[in-house]
Amino acid sequence: MPKKAPPTAIKEESMEIQKKMIAENFRQLYDAPKTGQKVVSTFVPGNLNELLMCFDFARNLPEINALQNGMRKKTGRMIMEAERAGHSEDVCTYVKADLGMMAQGNIGPTGEVLPTPDLLLLSYTGCFTFMKWFELVREQYKCETAMLHVPYQGDGVITKNMRDYVVKQLKQEIIPTLERVSGVKFDIDRLREYLRQSAKAEEDLVWVLQSAKNKPSPIDAYFGGVYYVGPIFSSFRGSEGAATYYEMLRQEVEERLRQGKGPITPEGEMPEEKYRLVVEGPPNWTHFREFWKMFYEEGAVVVASSYTKVGGVYDFGFRHDPDNPLETLADYCLGCYTNLNLPHRADMLAQYVEEYEADGLLINSIKSCNSFSAGQLLLLREVEKRTGKPGAFIETDLVDPRYFSAANVKNRLESYFQMIKQKREGSVALGVAA
Amino acid sequence: MPFWKNVLLNGKTNSNYKFVFQNLKTKTHMSANTENSKPKNSDTKATAPLVAYCQELFDDLDFKAVKAWKEEKPGRKAIGYMPVYVPREIIHAAGMLPVGIMGGGDQLEVIHGDAYYQSYICRIPRSTIELGVTGRLDVLDGMLFPSICDVIRNLSGMWKMMFKDKYVRYFDVPQNYEDEIGGKFYIHEMQQLRDDLGKLGGHEISDDDLLNSIAVYNENRKAVEELYEFRAKHPWKAPSTEVYLLVRAGMVLPVEDHTILIRDYLKAADLEERPVRDNCRVVVSGVFCEQPPFNMIKSIEMAGCYIVDDDFMLVTRWLLEDVATTGDPLENLSKAFLHHSNETAAKYEPDVENKGVYLIDSVRNNNAEGIIFAGPSFCDPALLDRPMLQNALAAQDIPYTSFEYAENSGQMQPIREQAGTFADSIKLWSVAA
Ligand code: SF4
Ligand code: SF4
Repeated sequence: MPKKAPPTAIKEESMEIQKKMIAENFRQLYDAPKTGQKVVSTFVPGNLNELLMCFDFARNLPEINALQNGMRKKTGRMIMEAERAGHSEDVCTYVKADLGMMAQGNIGPTGEVLPTPDLLLLSYTGCFTFMKWFELVREQYKCETAMLHVPYQGDGVITKNMRDYVVKQLKQEIIPTLERVSGVKFDIDRLREYLRQSAKAEEDLVWVLQSAKNKPSPIDAYFGGVYYVGPIFSSFRGSEGAATYYEMLRQEVEERLRQGKGPITPEGEMPEEKYRLVVEGPPNWTHFREFWKMFYEEGAVVVASSYTKVGGVYDFGFRHDPDNPLETLADYCLGCYTNLNLPHRADMLAQYVEEYEADGLLINSIKSCNSFSAGQLLLLREVEKRTGKPGAFIETDLVDPRYFSAANVKNRLESYFQMIKQKREGSVALGVAA
Repeated sequence: MPFWKNVLLNGKTNSNYKFVFQNLKTKTHMSANTENSKPKNSDTKATAPLVAYCQELFDDLDFKAVKAWKEEKPGRKAIGYMPVYVPREIIHAAGMLPVGIMGGGDQLEVIHGDAYYQSYICRIPRSTIELGVTGRLDVLDGMLFPSICDVIRNLSGMWKMMFKDKYVRYFDVPQNYEDEIGGKFYIHEMQQLRDDLGKLGGHEISDDDLLNSIAVYNENRKAVEELYEFRAKHPWKAPSTEVYLLVRAGMVLPVEDHTILIRDYLKAADLEERPVRDNCRVVVSGVFCEQPPFNMIKSIEMAGCYIVDDDFMLVTRWLLEDVATTGDPLENLSKAFLHHSNETAAKYEPDVENKGVYLIDSVRNNNAEGIIFAGPSFCDPALLDRPMLQNALAAQDIPYTSFEYAENSGQMQPIREQAGTFADSIKLWSVAA
């Protein structure tokens, strides 16, 4: 029998635009030594993109490099390189992938050399490992650095003290450093304008994510979702381009909804929605397509996920507010998903299961990431208890291919789907009996 | 009746207990000046009862000492805290007992705790959960989870979900060291804790209460520092196993008693003659959170290393200078934290040039010949910091060796061998040089 040709990925127009945006951003970074544009390296959760745009910085995001390299299956070697250089097997693999990439000549995901940043800006949100990551990178680049400490929402609220602390750091340390390194004077009106664009994009993003409340859901809010949040979580939030992208995405999804279509997958439209899941935790990048396939082949759609909130939680009403520019940046940083305490995360996940009428919560626990993973087993039990819906737990890693066991994951998923089915049949039978 | 009447396990009293008890009762005055009391005759048993007492406190996974303290006066409260640092002065000023929860060690059978954590997360949160769900921490009226890493941070939320009737607080500290910025934030966080504990205890904590507690802790820090200095000077007289147990006793004893205990020990240790070994002198680094099995400390020593500095239970040595005892107490605590506190992986180092300098200083100040990096498995802070520290040491030609442990590691043979080889190589180097 002739072998089936590998399916070509089917892409919507918004996806093409996004691809172009990302390519342009890498272009800007690669060309910075020639163009003289100043470069800042900064992390995703709690990034200050709008502010950085005010100083004309090109933005380099190490996590995006790691995930892009992961998707291109390059991270395995990078991680080994970092381990050879003395890093423990036990620590976050995003960090090791980044350090390994630097050790191998700092060649970016699309094959050109990434520039040495003029500034390292650590906005330290939702994860302590960022602080170490930042110190490690700083040791190599020895460039100017600035650090924004964002306190943790231990009690599940943003207090005035926290906000004041962040705003003060912005005013007294971050902005003066950005001015000095870039040579550009801070213009608050420029910031307001970017924030306005952010809010517009956020509005559309939320609409898109919430469209999954429909049956069938027109989107997959995890595998598709990571594409949808791409621009807003990275170097594009606040730009006109991002606002246009989200407008277009929304129109596409509106159209799918009108037509009663399910999500689009790399192999085309999903014919039937059999299972609706909420997923907690980041995806695996090294086997992203294979992982996704395990879902869509079985008719499983992710209707809500926490990962799509890691670079900002917008679906409970927060929008960047141009009238309070620094305060709103503080609230944004303080409000990212992994900066919420565990009870808050449990509330959110249980609410998702209920509002999105999901069959249950699936946790993809990431070996690397204590920030997400520590406490997830309790989260699972709590959400199961509150919703009465069965949950499941799988374990993979972000970018370390050694920790993706396809057979194990598939087995677990299959039995989970089976369990959901039985539970449904059981309740139907019960319903009949009653 | 003194609280330690019931301290010993099984309610037994024995000679160790009496000895310690008498010392604690009568020797309050001999706090400083261990150097003046030269050994008159060699008393090889002088430290033994004190160490045995500390060992019993260490072995007691039911926190009987804390219970005894509470029972002594109705209404007393105890507040637990995890590594790496909380300002215990505030708990003390509220009239409460601060209790350091350092995990379950290798004697606690973890049955429930494993159901809360994946295999790739360190041990301390699971044994702490075990202590909690088995009722061993019922004696505590609250728990503080300091800002050290994501695991302890998330454990604070788990505690909120699991022990709803208890006071639970994630205690944040600033990573910005400007008085006007990080300092203001920190003072506010401390004030919140002060208000909360005031409410819990039924009375406000006054400035005087706080200043008094600061003085008491200054004294304790001094005593701990004397102990560390004594060990660095005469490591054969104060083996690290003993020093560890003594400092660890401070996790459950009232601070005033702990100070006396240390000074009693110093006096006793000075009187005692012990054989000097041909050991090399090392600093142990990375043990600031999950504690290694006690046997690991023993193994390092048996392998031919004198530990002359370490970062065990940093809470007792966090503030490096006396905190001012006049003026605004929270401001004083804040200034001490921002400008004179110990370095560890949980703290941001703003200046790249200073990374690891504290460790180099420790080597120099304590005449150490090398560093042993011992870090808990799966500990991002310790293990990610390590290569940077190693680079700093390498630039100064300071030798080091590294391994990982878990609080319940049983097999010490590999660690003993590694430490032994390290000690041998140091000796060889020093001969060659
Ligand atoms: S621990 Fe998790 S959140 Fe932190 S850097 Fe690693 S992957 Fe990101
Ligand atoms: S041992 Fe390390 S990872 Fe574990 S709780 Fe302590 S600091 Fe965190």
